[in-house]
Amino acid sequence: MKQTLKNVFSSPKFLIGFILFMVLLITSLAWPLFADFGPLQNVVQKNGGFAAPGTYVNVADAVELVKDNSSVKFDVDTSANRLAHRLDADSRQMMVDWLHTYATAEYIPDINADDAAKIQELTIDDMYAVCADWEKYYDFSVMPKTIKKAERNKYNQIDKKVQTMLSNEALILASKGENGLQEDCKVPMNAFVNTKDVASRYTLILGSDNFGRDVFTELTSSILVSMRIGLIAGCIATLIGMTLGLLAGFIGGVLDNIITFFTNLFTVIPSFVLLILIANAVGGSHRGVTLIALLIGFTGWTWTARSVRSQVLSLRNRDHVNMSKISGHSTVKIIIQDILPFVASYVVMAFILQISSGILAEAQLSMLGLGPATTEVSTLGLMMHWALSFNAHTQGMWWAFLPVIFSIALITFSLNLMNTGLDQVFNPQLRD
Amino acid sequence: MAELGKSVLRGEDVTKIFGMGKVRTTAVNKVNFDFHEREVISIVGESGSGKTTIAKMILGLIGITEGTIYFNGEPRDISTGKKRKEYWKNIQAIFQDPFATFNQFFKIDAVLLDCINLRGGKNLPYEEKYKMMEEACSFVNLKFAELTNKYPFELSGGQMQRLMIARIFLLKPKILIADEPTSMVDACSRATILDYLLKLRDEENMTIIFITHDIGLAYYVSDSVYIMEHGVFVEQGSAEECIIHPKAAYTKRLISDVPKLNEEWDLSTVG
Repeated sequence: MKQTLKNVFSSPKFLIGFILFMVLLITSLAWPLFADFGPLQNVVQKNGGFAAPGTYVNVADAVELVKDNSSVKFDVDTSANRLAHRLDADSRQMMVDWLHTYATAEYIPDINADDAAKIQELTIDDMYAVCADWEKYYDFSVMPKTIKKAERNKYNQIDKKVQTMLSNEALILASKGENGLQEDCKVPMNAFVNTKDVASRYTLILGSDNFGRDVFTELTSSILVSMRIGLIAGCIATLIGMTLGLLAGFIGGVLDNIITFFTNLFTVIPSFVLLILIANAVGGSHRGVTLIALLIGFTGWTWTARSVRSQVLSLRNRDHVNMSKISGHSTVKIIIQDILPFVASYVVMAFILQISSGILAEAQLSMLGLGPATTEVSTLGLMMHWALSFNAHTQGMWWAFLPVIFSIALITFSLNLMNTGLDQVFNPQLRD
Repeated sequence: MAELGKSVLRGEDVTKIFGMGKVRTTAVNKVNFDFHEREVISIVGESGSGKTTIAKMILGLIGITEGTIYFNGEPRDISTGKKRKEYWKNIQAIFQDPFATFNQFFKIDAVLLDCINLRGGKNLPYEEKYKMMEEACSFVNLKFAELTNKYPFELSGGQMQRLMIARIFLLKPKILIADEPTSMVDACSRATILDYLLKLRDEENMTIIFITHDIGLAYYVSDSVYIMEHGVFVEQGSAEECIIHPKAAYTKRLISDVPKLNEEWDLSTVG
């Protein structure tokens, strides 16, 4: 036993798989200790809920720091950063287009000929030059009256934005006093605060999903729930498959025929279709996590039953089984003592595969909207389902579904790796 | 040859057919045999002649297609688990491959304790069981103190086969089927094992059914010999009759195939 364990853990494949799996498991178990929010807490309140990954600092708290003179003044020009960060692609294109059309001798007669030529070659890649020319030549009045007012206003808005961004004048905070607005304080453009000094600050490692939940915290709790589903499903499938396989293989005869018939029947009916039908038949509110796990387990045992049966068939005529028989052991004792230990490694391998296929089956079912209908817990499949329903993929909200996909892939990959490692340890023909 | 004792095991038209329909194979075809108390019987034949099938049928490990086996003069009844257990108290076996006979997951003690339990010694105090195991091991010249807490795979092939005999010594059955017990061990161990088998016959009045492909060995140990070819007995009788004065062509061929130390080996008859 000790030697077997030593062999198992000296297999590099198994070890990598085991470490991967353990890292996932321990991270998922330990993260709630560090998390700011509960896994199902709706944190972000914004249309659609999605907030990009990153650290969020409270604006009021940051301004308070400036008021208290705790801010630091940096000797840098921040306008370029603002420009790069805040001006969206559409506005940039509009600026370039405006310059190409109107910054010509036709509309602005006193334009420098060199400039006019240069402007025609401007692209949105060189925003600094574009802004410089924009400041120099933008004039609301040169646009012909034939252009709609709404469009002209758009250019004006862009102009305002550019002017604020390029200015290095301090922002003025004001409050409503007796004589109208009163200046509270000035926020210089080069004032910085240390994020550590800001009282309220949250890091959403993977942003938030459509409900405004912290995706990373939700993901860790989902991994645990999905693993639980896989474990329950795997246990049931392995237990049923192993029992039927042992009985069919060892006792044989009519019992073997009956069990093989039902196994073949369940193999021919695609278990996933069966799963969909059953899950559909069970009313929405009754579909809990445990029920889904049971369903997956009760439809996934066929493969184990078949392979255990064929293993037992080759074992039952071995001499040690015959000797156990003539030593007067009962059938149950022979199965437990003389058959089971010899198929145990095989069953463990099948069990690991069943866990991983259980996790996958739950994800598939939930994607179709047939997974656990619950708001108490979240599963990997449900996270995918919500991301799909709220069009996260078309809006480019990658953080709502990519981490989930990677988690599923990583769990099944680590389990399969362990399985292959075990196969190499227990199957001498595969040893190198 | 010693006077024959009373008949303990008799077979009438015993037949075994494997498979169904077109793939039927007749492994053993209507054989009759009569084994007596204290007799050493050899069943000799090539591989595939049906020796092991007969052994398994006698042991009750596989069913009989046709025919009856009489045990102590009465048709044997092994229809229920309880009756089978009773039957196996009287008839035991040693198998060919010592490495495959033991369940590698259990220690040697467990194997020997099983035998004591089958003989109804389940409630004996451990000291007494220990004494019995020690006695059984010393019968085959093994030291139980060295074997206890060891696994079967830590033993050599010869030691394991001797342990099998110790097991038989504990069980004390009336009939012992030895299915090629010496084919997997070296020549020195072979002689030792045969000696222990004969000792068992002498001390415990056992009937020994010795299954072998080695006709020389059969002559050395047995009182009567059954020569088997393609599922039937082609010749049977006392060892002298069969081997020194063979009648059947198959027996003659088997004898000529035995290499002799001082003669050139005649390979001309090899089919």
